[in-house]
Amino acid sequence: MYKISKENLPELYKAIAAVNSLYIPVKTAGQTNFAAWTETADVDLETLKTVKSPKDAFFPQCENIYTCERDGKKIKITPEELASESFVVFGMKACDVRGVEVLDKVFLADPIDTFYAARRDHGIIVAMACNEPELSCFCKVFGIDCSEPSGADVVTWLVNNELFWKPVTEKGEALTESVKSLLKDADDAAVEETKSNIKNIVEKIPNMSLSLEGWGRDDKLERFNSPIWEDLYNPCLACGTCTFVCPTCQCYDIKDYDTGHGVQRYRCWDSCMYSDFTLMAHGNNRTSQMQRFRQRFMHKLVYYPTNNDGMYSCVGCGRCVDKCPSNLNIVKVIKAFGKEAGV
Amino acid sequence: MSMNEEFRPKIVAFCCNWCSYAGADLAGSSRLTYPADVKIIKVPCSCRVNPMFILRAFEKGADGVIMCGCHPGDCHYSTGNYYARRRMTLLFSMLDYIGVERGRARVEWVSAAEGVKFSTTMNEFVDKIKSLGKNVRLGDLRCRN
Amino acid sequence: MQELINRAKELLANGTVNRVLGWRKGDLPTNPEPAYFNDEASLADFVYNGFCGVNLSKYMIEGSKLEGKTLIFLKPCDTYSFNQLLKENRVNRESVYIIGVGCKGKISESSLNAIGIKNILDVKGAELSDPCDTLEIETLYGKKSCDYKDAMLERCHVCKGKEHVVYDEIIGDSKDTADGDRFAEVEKIEAMSPEEKFEYFRAELSKCIRCNACRNVCPACSCRKCVFDSTKFDSAQKANADSFEEKMFHIIRAFHVAGRCTDCGECSRVCPQGIPLHLFNRKFIKDINNLYGDFQAGTEAEGRTPLTSFTFDDAEPGTI
Repeated sequence: MYKISKENLPELYKAIAAVNSLYIPVKTAGQTNFAAWTETADVDLETLKTVKSPKDAFFPQCENIYTCERDGKKIKITPEELASESFVVFGMKACDVRGVEVLDKVFLADPIDTFYAARRDHGIIVAMACNEPELSCFCKVFGIDCSEPSGADVVTWLVNNELFWKPVTEKGEALTESVKSLLKDADDAAVEETKSNIKNIVEKIPNMSLSLEGWGRDDKLERFNSPIWEDLYNPCLACGTCTFVCPTCQCYDIKDYDTGHGVQRYRCWDSCMYSDFTLMAHGNNRTSQMQRFRQRFMHKLVYYPTNNDGMYSCVGCGRCVDKCPSNLNIVKVIKAFGKEAGV
Repeated sequence: MSMNEEFRPKIVAFCCNWCSYAGADLAGSSRLTYPADVKIIKVPCSCRVNPMFILRAFEKGADGVIMCGCHPGDCHYSTGNYYARRRMTLLFSMLDYIGVERGRARVEWVSAAEGVKFSTTMNEFVDKIKSLGKNVRLGDLRCRN
Repeated sequence: MQELINRAKELLANGTVNRVLGWRKGDLPTNPEPAYFNDEASLADFVYNGFCGVNLSKYMIEGSKLEGKTLIFLKPCDTYSFNQLLKENRVNRESVYIIGVGCKGKISESSLNAIGIKNILDVKGAELSDPCDTLEIETLYGKKSCDYKDAMLERCHVCKGKEHVVYDEIIGDSKDTADGDRFAEVEKIEAMSPEEKFEYFRAELSKCIRCNACRNVCPACSCRKCVFDSTKFDSAQKANADSFEEKMFHIIRAFHVAGRCTDCGECSRVCPQGIPLHLFNRKFIKDINNLYGDFQAGTEAEGRTPLTSFTFDDAEPGTI
C-alpha cells in the first residue's frame, strides 16, 4: 500500500501522462466525463458518477474501421491501426470495472474483436473506491463491492487529503514502479476504516438489496410473454440515453461516411431503443417500442446471463436511473416483476 | 497547401431555375467572367433550399454558400422567395449566434436579365470569402484533404 | 392531489373517458413517471406534485389513436404544446378530455443535484397544496433544506404564465414563478465575440452523446420519421463523430421547430449532459419576435406561424 497527498495529484497525473495517455474524469461545461488529461483539464474525482461510463476508453462511441480512397481507377483501402500505446484509465469505479468484464465476454470471445482486444491489452485500469455511494446505486445486487473494486490493475481510495494506492496486477506494479518517486509507503488502517464506512452506507441504500429472483438463466419465455411490459414501456421516449450512459451496452452499428474524396467506414454505438436497430432488408424484427424496450431488459437480465454462466450484464451503476428523461429504469422493471411475483 | 499558394475558396451557389440560373446563363453567354470556384446547384425555387442544404454544403467542405432567387415579388411560384427570405434570415442569424463569421453565407436576388449582377455578385462573394479564409468552424474534419 | 384522483374516478365511472393519462408514483419521491391508468384501482398510484415536470401532451399523438376518450392532465405550459399539436393535426381534440392542473413551478432531481442536494429519500413541501416556498429534504447523508425556487427548472423562472390555453376544466391553484428575463441568456451570448460564441457552443455541444432525448421528448418534433433517422444519407444520427455533426443536428432541430416551439423547456430538462438546448430555440423565438412581431406558439389552435407566412417588406437575410 502506498499513498500520495491530494495536492500532489497533479504531479502524479503528469508523471503518468509522460509515459501513457491518461483518461480521467474531467469537468467540461458543468458535466464530468472521462476525457484525455491535459495540464489545464479540470480534474474532478469528487463526482461519483461520470455522465457517460468510461466504456469509451475501450469501446469508443465512434471509431473508424477503415478508409477507402479513390486512386485513379483503383480504390485504396487503409485499415485503421490498432491501439499500440499504453494508456491509463484513472478513477474507474467498481461497477465500471465490472462493466469492462462484461464487455470482455462479448468482444474477447471468438471471433475476437481486434480493436477492442488491442485497447484491453494496452489499457491499465486504476480503479477508485466509492466514498459516497448514491441512492441510485445497486451494485451489491450483482455482487460488486464498491469499497474495493476487483478486476483493476491498481485500486485507490481517497481518504481525507490522501490518495491510497494499491497495485494488484503486474501491469499495476509496473505503473506503480514508474511513479514510485511520488508515492510514500502507507499502512492499511485508514483504508480499512474507509472500507467499513462505505459498507455501512451500502447497507442503508434500499436498492442494494433488490431481489433478482426469477431473472437470470432459468427463465426465458415466461418473462418475455408477461403482460407487465405493456404497462411498463408506455413512458419510454425511445431515446438512447440509457444505452449511451450504460457501462455494459455493447451493440453497435456500422456505417459509411462520404467524405467527398472517399468513404470512411466506422462503427458507432447503437441503441435497441432506436427504430432502425437491427434494421434489415426485409424490415425490422422488432416492430413496436414495447418490443424494443423489452429487448433491453431481457438482454441484460436473461439472455446475457444465459450465454455467460449466469453473469448479468447490468452492474448496478445507476446511471440510467439518474438520467432517464421519463424516470423509467431497470430498477423499476425488476421491482415491477418482483411485485407481481410477490417477492 | 503551401503558404504562398493562393487560397481558392470552394463556393456553392444555389440558384433558382427561373431567374438566377437564367441570370448565370446570361452572364455566360454575355462572356462575363466569374471565378470557376463557384459551383452552381440548380433548384426549382429558392424556397426549395432547406437550411440543411446550406449546412451540409459547409460540412462537406464549402467555404462559402450563396443562395440566389427571383427578386421578391417576381417568384415564378408567386411567393416562394418570401418564405425563403424568412428562413434564411433566421438561419444566418443563428450562424452568427454560434460564432460563424458573418458573410460566409449570403442571399442575393438575381433576375434572368441580370447577367451582370450575377457576375459581379459572384466576384464580390469570392473576394469576401477569400478575406474570411478557409471555413474551419462549420466543416467536418473527415472531409478535409 | 386527491381532488384530481376523485375527479378521474368520476369520469372513468360515468364513462366520459376510457383511461387516464397522468403521472405514477415512482420508487423514489423524485421520479414519478408518465403512465396510463385504466381503472379506479390503478389510480391509487396516481401522483401530482412538484416532480411531475414531464409534459404529457406529446403522449397524446399515440394516445389519440386509442379507442374512446383519454383524460389527460395538463399543466399551464403543457397546454401550449397541446394547442400546437392540435394546430398541426397531430392530436385529436375529440379524443381528449383535458383537466388543467395548477402549477407552482416544477422541480427536479437534477436541479436539486446542481445545488448539492443528492440521494433524496424524502421530500416535504413539493405537493401542490403546499405553499411551495421551501423544501425539507431527507437524504442518505442527512437532512437538508432549500428554497423551492432554487430547485426549480430553468423554464419555470421564465414561466409564460399560469393560464391554461386549452382545457375542459381546471383543478388546483397556481403560483406565479416567473422571476427571470426569458432572453437574458440569449442576449449574453449575442454580446460575445464570434470566437467566444464559438468556444461557448463548442464546449456545450461537445458533450452531446446523440441520445436524441431532446428530439424524442419535444412535442414539436412530431415527424413520423426524422430526417436524422434516415438511413439514406450519412448524417449519423447516433454517432458523436465530429463536433460539427452535433451542431448541425441541434441547429436543424431548432430550425425545424422554429415558430412552432412553445418554449416548454423539455429539451433542456431531459438532456443527460445538461446542455442548455433551450438557448437555440429562444434565439429563434427572439429573432421572430423582433423581426415578425411578437409570437407565442401554442396560444392559438389555428392560424399561421411566422415561418408559414410573410410580408412584402421583411428584413433581408444577413442584415441582422
